[in-house]
Amino acid sequence: METMPRWADVILVPLINLVLAFSVAGLVVLAIGQNPLDAIYFMIKGSLGSTRGIGYTLYYATNYIFTGLAVAVAFHARLFNIGGEGQAAVSGIGAAVVMLAFDWPHWALALPFAIIGAGLFGAAWAFIPAWLQAKRGSHIVITTIMFNFIGAALLGYLLNGLLKSPHTQNAETVNFPEGAHLPTAHEVLAPLGIAFNKSAPANISFLLAIACAVLVWYLLWRTRLGYQIRAFGKSEAAAKYAGINAVRITIVTMLISGALAGMLSINVVVGEQERLIKEFVEGAGFVGIAVALMGRSHPFGIVLAALLFGMLTQGGFELLFEMPAISREMVLVIQALIILFTGALNYMVHDPVERLFLRRRKRKA
Amino acid sequence: MAASDNQGRRETAAPAIELKGISKAFGPVEANKDISLSVAKGTIHGIVGENGAGKSTLMSILYGFYKADKGEIIVNGTPTQIPDSQAAIAAGIGMVHQHFKLVDNFTVLENVILGAEEGGLLKPSLAKARKHLVELAREYELEVNPDALIEDLSVGHQQRVEILKALYRHADILILDEPTGVLTPSEADHLFRILENLRDQGKTIILITHKLREIMSATDTVSVMRRGQMTATRKTADTSPAELAELMVGRKVLLRVDKTPAKPGKTILEVRDLKVRDDAGVERLKGVSFDVRAGEILGIAGVAGNGQSDLLQVLGGITVATGTIRVNGDAIDLTGRHSDGQSRRARGIAHVPEDRQHLGLIMDFFAWENICFGYHHDPKYQKNRLAMDNAAILADTIGKMERFDIRPPNPHLPAHSFSGGNQQKIVLAREIERNPDLLLVGQPTRGVDIGAIEFIHQRIVELRDAGKAILLVSVELDEILSLTDRVAVMFDGRIQGERITAETNERELGLMMAGMNAEVA
Repeated sequence: METMPRWADVILVPLINLVLAFSVAGLVVLAIGQNPLDAIYFMIKGSLGSTRGIGYTLYYATNYIFTGLAVAVAFHARLFNIGGEGQAAVSGIGAAVVMLAFDWPHWALALPFAIIGAGLFGAAWAFIPAWLQAKRGSHIVITTIMFNFIGAALLGYLLNGLLKSPHTQNAETVNFPEGAHLPTAHEVLAPLGIAFNKSAPANISFLLAIACAVLVWYLLWRTRLGYQIRAFGKSEAAAKYAGINAVRITIVTMLISGALAGMLSINVVVGEQERLIKEFVEGAGFVGIAVALMGRSHPFGIVLAALLFGMLTQGGFELLFEMPAISREMVLVIQALIILFTGALNYMVHDPVERLFLRRRKRKA
Repeated sequence: MAASDNQGRRETAAPAIELKGISKAFGPVEANKDISLSVAKGTIHGIVGENGAGKSTLMSILYGFYKADKGEIIVNGTPTQIPDSQAAIAAGIGMVHQHFKLVDNFTVLENVILGAEEGGLLKPSLAKARKHLVELAREYELEVNPDALIEDLSVGHQQRVEILKALYRHADILILDEPTGVLTPSEADHLFRILENLRDQGKTIILITHKLREIMSATDTVSVMRRGQMTATRKTADTSPAELAELMVGRKVLLRVDKTPAKPGKTILEVRDLKVRDDAGVERLKGVSFDVRAGEILGIAGVAGNGQSDLLQVLGGITVATGTIRVNGDAIDLTGRHSDGQSRRARGIAHVPEDRQHLGLIMDFFAWENICFGYHHDPKYQKNRLAMDNAAILADTIGKMERFDIRPPNPHLPAHSFSGGNQQKIVLAREIERNPDLLLVGQPTRGVDIGAIEFIHQRIVELRDAGKAILLVSVELDEILSLTDRVAVMFDGRIQGERITAETNERELGLMMAGMNAEVA
């Protein structure tokens, strides 16, 4: 079976998808009487036009890398983990418990433990649906969706009770120890002589996200476990023939997936908020599905897609601010169109482009 | 049997089907290249060719599944466009697919009118069809109970329903795609009687098969396809299986397996009272017992679906069972923690599964990733405790591709890019080179071209001669008869009987496959 060159598959096709998505979104903007070029200008300027914009873009992208990787790892085992949202929410509890347990003198000391805490809680929240899937055949899509609600409720309950700060009426914890403050992009770059916006939330969690992407790549394509995960995902029957334990792979994969989703709270809870609040995930778990789709479940593609969605999120907020005629819902429509074109309608572009390549190759031959 | 002389045959000037210069390409692959074919009215015309020779593509063009890039189809002297199967039916062409297209929980009658209902109400159509069906059954000796549910019918009868469906739609030209794959020898004989009958009544039959024996016994003329081209057309009476095989492959082929008598040693595999239930609770194996000794090939014959697959899956560690299996004298775990494929491999059992595309290979994985499949825990494939040594696997793959003549010899191609024969060689290379004590082989040459069959059979015999035990499951009696040393026939989840291969014949095995001989050897 002949296919088109790989660069066309991973770069050209997504690019055409994006152009199509922006064209249709442009039509929508036109329909409400606004100039689509202005809209694109404000989105790009808002997300990349200043170090503040870049700082926000990277901050959102960090979240999306974590959740995108979480979805992708599960996807390689043909498990559709829709529960990134809930796993991230519960991981916040783990991160907060660690951060509040000691008066951490330095972030470098706190961070590894926070990662373990957040990862364990995220993984634990993925474990129950994984176990139900592996042992009882309860469909993981259904259970992970339900666990999103339970996770959010659990977080709300704890923030109104056990973990609630005595100093405020809000459902939140007390602030984490100041010594454990994670360096922001400004603090990292200032010694190097690069001036970065002080208020932008991007922090060293971005590096953690990149490290996770590399680790996921190594896991999937270099380790025996990754080999088994991919084999199981491609063919459950063949995996059984090879003696790959379906229960074990399902559970282990989901634990890894949940832990990756849990890394989101390192960025948001530990890095930005420095306390645990309600609804800090803000839909990043769901955006991760689109990121994984667009990134073809490959860590490199996921980093690129996460950056794009980070731009969309940040650019969208700026757009709201700059063009009052465009409502919050309209921004959602634009983002949804991009998800639609890059994810669901991928083959609409993929197949014709492939035919074009094959025809050209034939003519040359 | 009806009169089989030529009295019913009409001599007409125009052939029933004439193809002129048909070409069809899928991307860069030319499935059909400038094919011309003429099939005379009232004859049975065979089309043989290896897998991937383009037989199915050609018939799909004729039946309107594909559109030819070039060329002309002439039906009964009239140039005809066949854009879809409705047009094919209108032109009087009917098709009996390899895998039946029947609704299992509908009756015969309901299946026959499906898609040919007249009007919004079923009752008048059903009444009309019933009358017509009775006439057809009488005319062509195609008796089936019109009110029987499909799922209650035997495979042979289901096939009759397919033929009736085509005749009900006034087909004058019937295409049968590998019709005997699922039939017992006697059911196949009956099918050929029906086909002769149809021919004598003036119908034209196109028979696609890879079984040369069927071509020789059932057809009037035969065309051979190779690599998308029609290489020859012969009168069946003027050709021989050896010539046809040579035309198919493009070189001389050994149709017999070259092997010396077996020198059986100690018992390697001991199976006692093996029972298996499937997920629905149906007993698939009802107490199976047999032995396989070192240095012999035991064949398991039988019509597909009589428990052979379940037997292989139990031995290979895919399904659980009750009973006893001993390998080299030690009982193996059939239900517990050590009943999986890994434990079986550790006990020296290698398994070439029946369905290589769903079990034996990961079709999207590269050849090199498939070479370590199932043996991915082997220390020689590990770099450290976590990572696999991809370079070592790659080197191993290159060696295996050379020794097993796997083409193209490119380890970086995904399994689905290889032909059926080469896919099978990937699995065989992986399993045989483990030098197992016991090799389980299921349908080793299904969908494999003749050239590769020869090679695969030689490798299996070599392993036997190295003193290993081999259990071969095949639905191809020819393969059983030429390759094995002993043969056990399975019927309805039991071993119907055991024979020394050299002392039995197709007829006797055929009877046992139909469950007619209950004596146990």
